[in-house]
Amino acid sequence: MTTRRDVLAGAGLAALAVQLPASAFAQAKDSVIIAMTLEPPTLDPTSGAAQAIREVTLQNIFEGLVKMDRTGKLVPCLAESWQIAPDNVTYTFKLRQNARFHDGTPFTSEQVKFSFERAVAPDSTNAQRQLFTPIAEIATPDPATVVIKLKQPAALFLYGLAWGDAVIVAQQSAANNKTNPVGTGPFKFVRWNRGDRLELERFDGYWGEKPALAKATWRFIADPQAQLASLLAGDVDAQTNLAAPEAVAQLKANPKLKVTFGKTEGEVILGTNNAKPPFNDLRVRQAIAHVLDRKTIALGVYGFDVDLIGSHFSPLHPAYIDLTNTYPVDIPKAKALLAQAGFPNGFNCTLKLPPPAYARRSGEIIAALLQQIGINASIEPLEFPQWLERVFRGKDFDLTVIAHTEPLDIGIYARDDYYFQYKNPAFKELMAKIDSTLDEGQRNELYKDAQRILARDAVNGFLFVLPKITVTAAGLEGVWTDWPLPITPLAEVRWK
Amino acid sequence: MIAYILRRLFALAATLAGAALVIFLMLEILPGDPAAVTLGLNAAPEALAALRAEMGLDQPAPMRFLSWVGGLLTGDLGLSYTYRVPVAQLIGERMAVTLPLAFMAIALATLIGVPLGILAASRHGRPEDAAVMVFAQLGLAVPNFWFGLLLVLAFAIGLGWLPAGGFPGWHAGFAPALKSLLMPAFALALPQAAILARVTRSAMLDTLQEDFVRTARAKGLGEQVTMLRHALRNALIPVVTIMGLQFSVLIAGAIIIENVFALPGLGRLVFQSIAQHDLIVVKDLVMLFAALAIIVNFAVELLYGLIDPRLREAS
Repeated sequence: MTTRRDVLAGAGLAALAVQLPASAFAQAKDSVIIAMTLEPPTLDPTSGAAQAIREVTLQNIFEGLVKMDRTGKLVPCLAESWQIAPDNVTYTFKLRQNARFHDGTPFTSEQVKFSFERAVAPDSTNAQRQLFTPIAEIATPDPATVVIKLKQPAALFLYGLAWGDAVIVAQQSAANNKTNPVGTGPFKFVRWNRGDRLELERFDGYWGEKPALAKATWRFIADPQAQLASLLAGDVDAQTNLAAPEAVAQLKANPKLKVTFGKTEGEVILGTNNAKPPFNDLRVRQAIAHVLDRKTIALGVYGFDVDLIGSHFSPLHPAYIDLTNTYPVDIPKAKALLAQAGFPNGFNCTLKLPPPAYARRSGEIIAALLQQIGINASIEPLEFPQWLERVFRGKDFDLTVIAHTEPLDIGIYARDDYYFQYKNPAFKELMAKIDSTLDEGQRNELYKDAQRILARDAVNGFLFVLPKITVTAAGLEGVWTDWPLPITPLAEVRWK
Repeated sequence: MIAYILRRLFALAATLAGAALVIFLMLEILPGDPAAVTLGLNAAPEALAALRAEMGLDQPAPMRFLSWVGGLLTGDLGLSYTYRVPVAQLIGERMAVTLPLAFMAIALATLIGVPLGILAASRHGRPEDAAVMVFAQLGLAVPNFWFGLLLVLAFAIGLGWLPAGGFPGWHAGFAPALKSLLMPAFALALPQAAILARVTRSAMLDTLQEDFVRTARAKGLGEQVTMLRHALRNALIPVVTIMGLQFSVLIAGAIIIENVFALPGLGRLVFQSIAQHDLIVVKDLVMLFAALAIIVNFAVELLYGLIDPRLREAS
């Protein structure tokens, strides 16, 4: 006779039997769940600056003519090769002939022309429209060739084509890319549960090497505690940049997880209003530079060592030089400089801080350091939209802390009317020279000069670069650990 | 009665219109340009202007107010600045998480709170009563997000029975969706269960003093029948009133819990849209919450009128 208990026991065994093969095949897994902190507002990298859009889509759903590899080097992508004519303004791109969009549309030179003209059009909402303004004309002699003529030599033009703002979109699907992105990349969009997750699957018609993963899910987890819990519970296989640096020790001790520290292009600076007294006085800025103990600040923010900077340049770039010793920590000297500038007893000012933890935490420490020479910086926390309005646009600030995350953005110091209001004709000239120098070696030398000028002028307090804390399951390989561009190409991710 | 209802309806419409105006003005004063938030630090002025025009922000404020209110009346809540999809769709998606979560929480709170309250009342002054009161104190004192973290520690990280957070969506099947709502619902339910236990206990104690309870006992009814059929039924009125209030608290108050569990609900949408300066979503959501509160009040007032004829004449 069969009792109820027998039936239950049988069911239990059956459940076990169902589970066993699953764990036996765990090694051959071809799907992954990767968490990131912020959710992309839309999925169109050509109409919004949010980093999260790029991380989800760039090199996954969308591709550009060229792409950046994990070391920051430009490599061919939709263009299999290119040539720059001796006139330095004519770029000829040879395109892949076997590439197609996820909806089956073949990729041709027409779409390249369409994409770039769309980006520079008067009604364009491209966040980096200036990348395309040097273009004089785009010719498409045949479907596999694009010839772009620039108005004047622009050394950074090619570099910018690797950014999310320069991906190639197709005419008939471009308008819907915000919610239903159609690109040429190795993964295609499946579904987006807003607020929680986004699913991608391998695109079988991809022109390049077939990715190891058949399916990838992005999870959006903003709360640092929730990030930690989902990693420890095994709900997610990776977190591309952990928002809870306090938890690093705990995660490192976990044998199921792998933690790596990497560099980014995000320079964190003590933004200083160079047009406003007393900060328009070089001696005041030098005095501040002499009290900014970067090591203490970075340690206080993260609890571990991160890369310190002495100018507006990321150590990821080959032209980087270490200028952190331009103004070494020296309180008596700082006091003397302040006295020379007419402030023997210091002065009062404000320190406006946007919400990210790096800004709020380093702001507290900086205010304490400035006290040593009598500068009383009163902290004003701001929400990000208000920060943009008052500090960035209105220039109504004394000091602020912010990260500049765009790669190779030293050119902002040559801009008229940029929020820190640095005006130096010599620096502007240097930037113009860099833009017309196509030889990389020469250009890098000029970049070194530029770094030195900014460090010497103590334009802003140069602090550290944002670290990238990558946490992955022990068996997962290929997630980028440095961020020359803040992206996570899934085609390079695989299970061991 | 008709005149009473008409008067109340007029007051309702005026309150809603007033609320809409206040909400619009408050967000109008708030500094910050949604287009600048979208396009970031490097945006060209032309691109900003183009995006502002696309969002309809280049219109004068009175025009924008009228088109917003007009949209609300016709059921068109506008297009989210951030997500670029209709706000109604966003709210609908989030409701599919928040409503079930609130229902589960209220069900759990009732299943835990009411029996505990009955138990405490029937064992008045004895250890069981004291134990329930201690539970009620603790339940009220413990912040629910912290309790949520404890649950995650135990059931997701320790035992691995439940996911630590997130929501797979109803399309992934009923069981996985329910599983991911269980812990947050429990965390939300705990303080509400504590409140219900206290209210049930005191309502039961009051009713047990009534004559009809003595009569029931005197005519020889068993203790269980007396408690459940006579005392509880009459004690339920304040309990049900509290449950009604709790429901709106749960819908709006899920913000913290939804963040702790990374759930894509209405509370998280409020949080995200404020952070991203998605003002149109903020406006619509605040209006939705205000309208819910106002309409619930309206219904209550109508009920009062039905229950108590004196109110009809007095007003």
